[in-house]
Amino acid sequence: MAQTLFDKVWEQHIVKQNDDGSTLLYIDRQLVHEVTSPQAFEGLRLAGRKPWRVNASVATPDHNVPTTNRDEGITDPVSRTQVKALDNNCAEFGITEFGLGDIRQGVVHVMGPEQGLILPGMTVVCGDSHTSTHGAFGSIAMGIGTSEVEHVLATQCLIQKKPKVMRINVEGARPTGITGKDVALYIIGQIGTAGGTGYAIEFAGEAIASLSMEGRMSLCNMAIEAGARCGMVAVDDVTIAYVQGRPYAPKGNVWTQAEAAWRELHSDANAVFDKEMTFQAADIAPQVSWGTSPEMELPVTACVPDPANARDDVQRQGWQRALSYMDLKAGMPLQDIAIDKVFIGSCTNGRIEDFREAAAMVKGRQVANNVKLALAVPGSGLVKQQAEAEGLDVVFRDAGFEWREPGCSMCLAMNADRLEPGERCASTSNRNFEGRQGMGGRTHLVSPAMAAAAAVAGHFVDIRNLSQE
Amino acid sequence: MQAFTTLNGLVAPMDRANVDTDAIIPKQFLKSIKRTGYGPFLFDEWRYEDRGEPEMDCTNRPKRADFVLNQPRYQGAQILLARENFGCGSSREHAPWAILGYGFACVIAPSFADIFFNNCFKNGILPIVLDDAVVDRLFADCLANEGFSLEIDLQSQTIRTPSGQSISFEVDAFRKHCLLNGLDDIALTLAQADTIRQFENNRSHAAPWLS
Repeated sequence: MAQTLFDKVWEQHIVKQNDDGSTLLYIDRQLVHEVTSPQAFEGLRLAGRKPWRVNASVATPDHNVPTTNRDEGITDPVSRTQVKALDNNCAEFGITEFGLGDIRQGVVHVMGPEQGLILPGMTVVCGDSHTSTHGAFGSIAMGIGTSEVEHVLATQCLIQKKPKVMRINVEGARPTGITGKDVALYIIGQIGTAGGTGYAIEFAGEAIASLSMEGRMSLCNMAIEAGARCGMVAVDDVTIAYVQGRPYAPKGNVWTQAEAAWRELHSDANAVFDKEMTFQAADIAPQVSWGTSPEMELPVTACVPDPANARDDVQRQGWQRALSYMDLKAGMPLQDIAIDKVFIGSCTNGRIEDFREAAAMVKGRQVANNVKLALAVPGSGLVKQQAEAEGLDVVFRDAGFEWREPGCSMCLAMNADRLEPGERCASTSNRNFEGRQGMGGRTHLVSPAMAAAAAVAGHFVDIRNLSQE
Repeated sequence: MQAFTTLNGLVAPMDRANVDTDAIIPKQFLKSIKRTGYGPFLFDEWRYEDRGEPEMDCTNRPKRADFVLNQPRYQGAQILLARENFGCGSSREHAPWAILGYGFACVIAPSFADIFFNNCFKNGILPIVLDDAVVDRLFADCLANEGFSLEIDLQSQTIRTPSGQSISFEVDAFRKHCLLNGLDDIALTLAQADTIRQFENNRSHAAPWLS
C-alpha cells in the first residue's frame, strides 16, 4: 500500500502497538541542553535509573551561554549553576557533551546536523520545541517536555499517539530573495499558529525541493510555530550530500547500505494524506511579522492591518492587543517601521548560508545610525570558524555589527543579549511573543537578508529592490 | 505524580487566544534546576508591574490591577478557563509546573498546543478540550457569576455546572488511566524492557547505522 514519508518512518520505529491506540515508539537520537534536562537527570537519580543507551544522547549548552568574553566563563551565577549541572550530569551518566570550550558547542539544532548526529529516517527528540528542525532530513523530530526527556533517557522510547499527516505543497520556483524562512512565515500566515495542531506536516513541491539543507532546516524549524507535531521534507540528493562525510555519519559499507534505505524515504506516488494544501511560490514575497504571534505576518510591501478587518472578536482583540504592545498604527507601511536592534542567528537562521546571505547585504555598507546594536551570532563554533575562513566576520564588523560567540542569544534572551522595554528588533529568530527577546521588547521576524538590509537602512526594506540595483 | 480524580473548584477566565508558554513562565525562571517554586511567577509579566527575577520574594511586588488573576474574586481559583491554542510555543515543562504551583489543576480551552497538552498529563493537570460554543458560554457564566465553580469528574468524564448542567469531555484512555492513578509511565514502559531489547536486536541487523 502506498505510504507517506511520515508513515514509513513511524512504522520503522514501532516497538509495540497498544490496544488503547497509543504506540510505544523507539527514539534513535536525543539532543540535550542545560535548560530542560536538570530535572530529568534528577528524576533518574531519585529512581536509581540509568540511561537506557548512553550513546543515543548528545548534549551541548546553548540557551544560557554568554556570547562575549568566553574566557571569563559565565558570570551570571544562576546560569552558571545550570550549565555546570549539565556538565556534571553528562559526566555522571556517561553522556557525550560538547562543552563551552569545544569548537563543536552551539545551538543544539545547529550542532546536531553539523556533526552528522541527525540521519535520515531517524526519530529525534529534544526538550526543545524547535526540534522540528531535524525533519529536514526526512526524520520524525519532535520537541518534548522534561518528563519525556527523562522517559527517553530511561527507556529510549516514548508513548505516542500517531498524529494525522498533512502535506503542504509549494509549487513553482522560488522568486529571487525568497528563502526557507520566508516560505515558513508565509505558510504560518496562511494556516495560522494552530493550523498544524494534531498533524505532522510534510513540505513538498518544487519550491521546497530546491531549498538547500539550511533552508529546509529553517522551514521545518518553524513547523512548530504552525502548531505541528513535526515538519518533514523527503530525502533526496541534497540530503545525502549534506550527511556524507560528517563525523557521526556512517562510513564504508554501512554508508552504502544506509544510503540505499534512505533513498526510499519519500511519500509514495499514491500516498493518501489526511489533509493537503497547495501554495504558489510566486505569491511569496519577503515576509515581516508585525504582531506578537508568528501568524501575524505580511509581505514587506504591505501595511499594518486594521483590527476592523479581523475575522472574529477573538482575533480582533488579539490584533488590538498586538498593535498596542508593538506600538504600531493600522495602515502604516511595514517599510516605515524603524528598528533599534538587529539579531542574526538562532536555531532558525544561525547556519553558514544564513550568514553568507546576510553578509552579502551589508558588505561595504554601514549599520544605520538609529540602530543601537546589530548582533551576528553564529549557531555553533564550527559555523563561526567557517564564516571567519570566508571573511564574513570582517564584513559584519566593518559594517558595524558585533560578531559573537555561538549560542541561542537574543532569540530568547536568557543570557545578557536582550531587548530593553520598548526596543524594536529585526530578528531572524522564530518567535515574536510578548517579552520573548526581553521584557517589553518588540520583535519583527524576518529572513537573514531582510534583517541585514534593515540594519543598513534603519527600517524594513524590500530586498528585491536592492538586488535589482 | 499526584493523581487527578475529581475537582470542585473556582474558575478564573483567561480571555485571550494563543497564550504562549513564554507568557505563562518567562525565560529568566527557566534557569532553575528544580521542578518546584514557579507558582509565584506564573504569568509574571502580565501579573506584576516590575521585572521578575528567579527566587525573588513576590509578596510585596507591585501587581497589575487589571490582570485577571489579581482580581479578588478569582483568588484561590483551581480551574483556568482559556481560549484557543493555549500553551503554544516553547516546550518548557516549567509552564505546567508554574500552573500547578499556582494552584490550578485543570485548564479548559477550545484547543491546546500539543506539547503543552502532553506536558500537563505528566504533572497531574487535566487539560479539557470543549467546543468553542461551550467555552463561550462558560466564559459568559463565569463573568456573570462571582464565585462561579465547576465540578469535574475524570472517571465519568463530566463537568457539572452550578445550574446542574452536565458537560461531557473526551480524554485518551491511557492518559486517563495514568492520571486517575497518579502513575509514573517510565515504570510502565520499563515493564516492556524485553520488547524494547528485541526491537533493538532486530534493528541492529536491518539498520546497523542506527545502533
